[in-house]
Amino acid sequence: MKYSRINTPGKVLQSGTVSCRLQDSILVISGSLRISGSAGFVKTIIKEIAHIETNVTAINIDELEDIDSAGVITLFYLKEKLTRKSREISIEGGNSTIRKKISLFAPDTTKKEETPAKPGLAETIGTGAHRFFKEYVFGFTVLAADVFYWSVADLFRKKSRRKGEFSKQALKIGANAAMIVVFMSFAIGLVLAVQSGGQLRTFGANIYIVDLTVIAIMSQMGPLITAILVAGRSGSSIAAEIATMKVTSELDALKTMGLDPVRFVVVPKLYAALFTLPFLIILANVAGIAGGAVAAYYNLDITPEIFFNRMGSIMKNKDLLTGFVKSQVYASIIVLTGSFYGFSVERGAEGVGRVTTHAVVVAISLVVLADSAMGLIFY
Amino acid sequence: MEKVIEVKRLFAGFDGIEILSDVSFSASKGEVTAIIGGSGSGKTTILKHLLGLYDIQRGSVSVLGQDLSLLTEKEMNNLYLQMGVFYQDGALLNSLTVAENIALPLQQQSNLPDNLIEEIVRMKLGLVNLEEAYRLYPSQLSGGMLKRAALARAIAMDPPLLFCDEPGAGLDPVSLESLDHLIINLKNLLGMSIVIITHEVSSILRIANHIVYLDKGVVVFEGSTAEAIDSEITELNDFFSAILNNPYKTSRS
Ligand SMILES: Nc1ncnc2c1ncn2[C@@H]1O[C@H](COP(=O)(O)OP(=O)(O)O)[C@@H](O)[C@H]1O
Ligand SMILES: [Mg+2]
Repeated sequence: MKYSRINTPGKVLQSGTVSCRLQDSILVISGSLRISGSAGFVKTIIKEIAHIETNVTAINIDELEDIDSAGVITLFYLKEKLTRKSREISIEGGNSTIRKKISLFAPDTTKKEETPAKPGLAETIGTGAHRFFKEYVFGFTVLAADVFYWSVADLFRKKSRRKGEFSKQALKIGANAAMIVVFMSFAIGLVLAVQSGGQLRTFGANIYIVDLTVIAIMSQMGPLITAILVAGRSGSSIAAEIATMKVTSELDALKTMGLDPVRFVVVPKLYAALFTLPFLIILANVAGIAGGAVAAYYNLDITPEIFFNRMGSIMKNKDLLTGFVKSQVYASIIVLTGSFYGFSVERGAEGVGRVTTHAVVVAISLVVLADSAMGLIFY
Repeated sequence: MEKVIEVKRLFAGFDGIEILSDVSFSASKGEVTAIIGGSGSGKTTILKHLLGLYDIQRGSVSVLGQDLSLLTEKEMNNLYLQMGVFYQDGALLNSLTVAENIALPLQQQSNLPDNLIEEIVRMKLGLVNLEEAYRLYPSQLSGGMLKRAALARAIAMDPPLLFCDEPGAGLDPVSLESLDHLIINLKNLLGMSIVIITHEVSSILRIANHIVYLDKGVVVFEGSTAEAIDSEITELNDFFSAILNNPYKTSRS
């Protein structure tokens, strides 16, 4: 049997609490048109409308029992979709309450001039063993568990994920840090090679500058410099952002809109950090080694060709792997520490500055500790 | 009449300092309940208890018939779907534009297509007379505009229960009056129950059905607006006369 379209006589289209039918050229809507049912209704009806050949001249709502503001907008949306050529369609009927709601919630057709968007720059710069464990260790663990839960759960729940937030954060945490990471690593690679170069020359072991630079940069300095710089930039801005959101009740607002602040605010940052840090570390390694190569050339007469030939025999896959593992550990430390201090802010704007400072100091310390631990493990 | 809020013998404090002492009151369905009182008297603290943002230390709070202390996180989230909140400091997300702020609850909680959501957002902004702020960020708005944007977000979902913490503070008299009309319309047309914290005596007289007067964490009066005006309670008299130079009654203090 053929599926009957809305223009089949007697066909009633039903979607949730709303139903509608076509009576001659009038679309009759009945039932209750509310936000909960509007979405399904709109999708169903729009599909149908495409198949109506006769022109609809009016929408009748005499049989409509209830409507809310989203319902009113839906009604006008429908009206616009049904309007063909310059014929205006009217919305007719409806009891007095419904008419009043329609006039209150009717869309404004005379849209006003809009001022172009400018990005809002809201960036602030910012005892006792028992208490230490209770507040810090316990609190940190709870947050970490929460973040972990949501960062996994988020992968499977597409619906209310924040659109565009990941790329925004990736830009902020990763791409914007690239320049400084490159400069710092280059400088350190250069200085490292210049200083140790003098020693090597006295032993006539010039060529070992390559080994020294590559090993020092890839297994230690590259990842560490990157993590410290990112901790300084993003650890503080994460803490400041969350703390500001807390003191201005934005976090409360998220909660009462049914959104989890950890998922909404922290998880996109964690994803962004986990994703971008490996690339930053690669950049740091390349720049650091390039710095070493420059010093080797001017100080020890080692041409780039010799340098890079020897380098190939020193580099191991293991270094790339440990670099990646480190990047994930550092990213987690930085985002978690920044978030933890952000959430821990007490009332007032001065609290924001304080937690920001704490976040940076603690994040850098934890990064260095983790680096030492991993240095011993991966040795 | 059906109660949307019932607070019984609620106590609250921070760091050992008592802020709310034995607070009890209720709010009825389809009415505007005004919580009034001097600043620092604990109004916002009560609101945060009603929203389940503070743990209840002593006493009980029930909202839309549900005892908050018994709710799981999931049940609480379902309850949130029925509430709209206007926070005292606006609490718009600074990282989003005004339009994105208002669209947020609609995107999260309904399945409406994007273009419809956009229309709804424009309409809500129109209701608070703020169409021009569509693409602006909260940091680009004046205080009064922020308040109106925050109100538009609070009513985005036509919540059956609306909380407003000092929505009128800092608004010019014209905006204040149209805000009051909007609130009356929301109540009459959508049957919203509204709990409003306010200092504006003119607003209270225009919109409130039920008044709860709070003084230093104690409820000293609860009753209808007419009863409040006729009340013999000195603090309440002072409150009405201090701001309005009460035409209904002269102060006794
Ligand atoms: N988070 C908090 N920590 C400590 N004291 C608080 C906190 N929130 C409010 N207070 C105190 O509680 C009292 C009542 O505050 P609040 O409820 O905001 O008053 P209102 O909204 O009536 O102006 C004030 O003295 C305020 O300093
Ligand atoms: Mg307050």
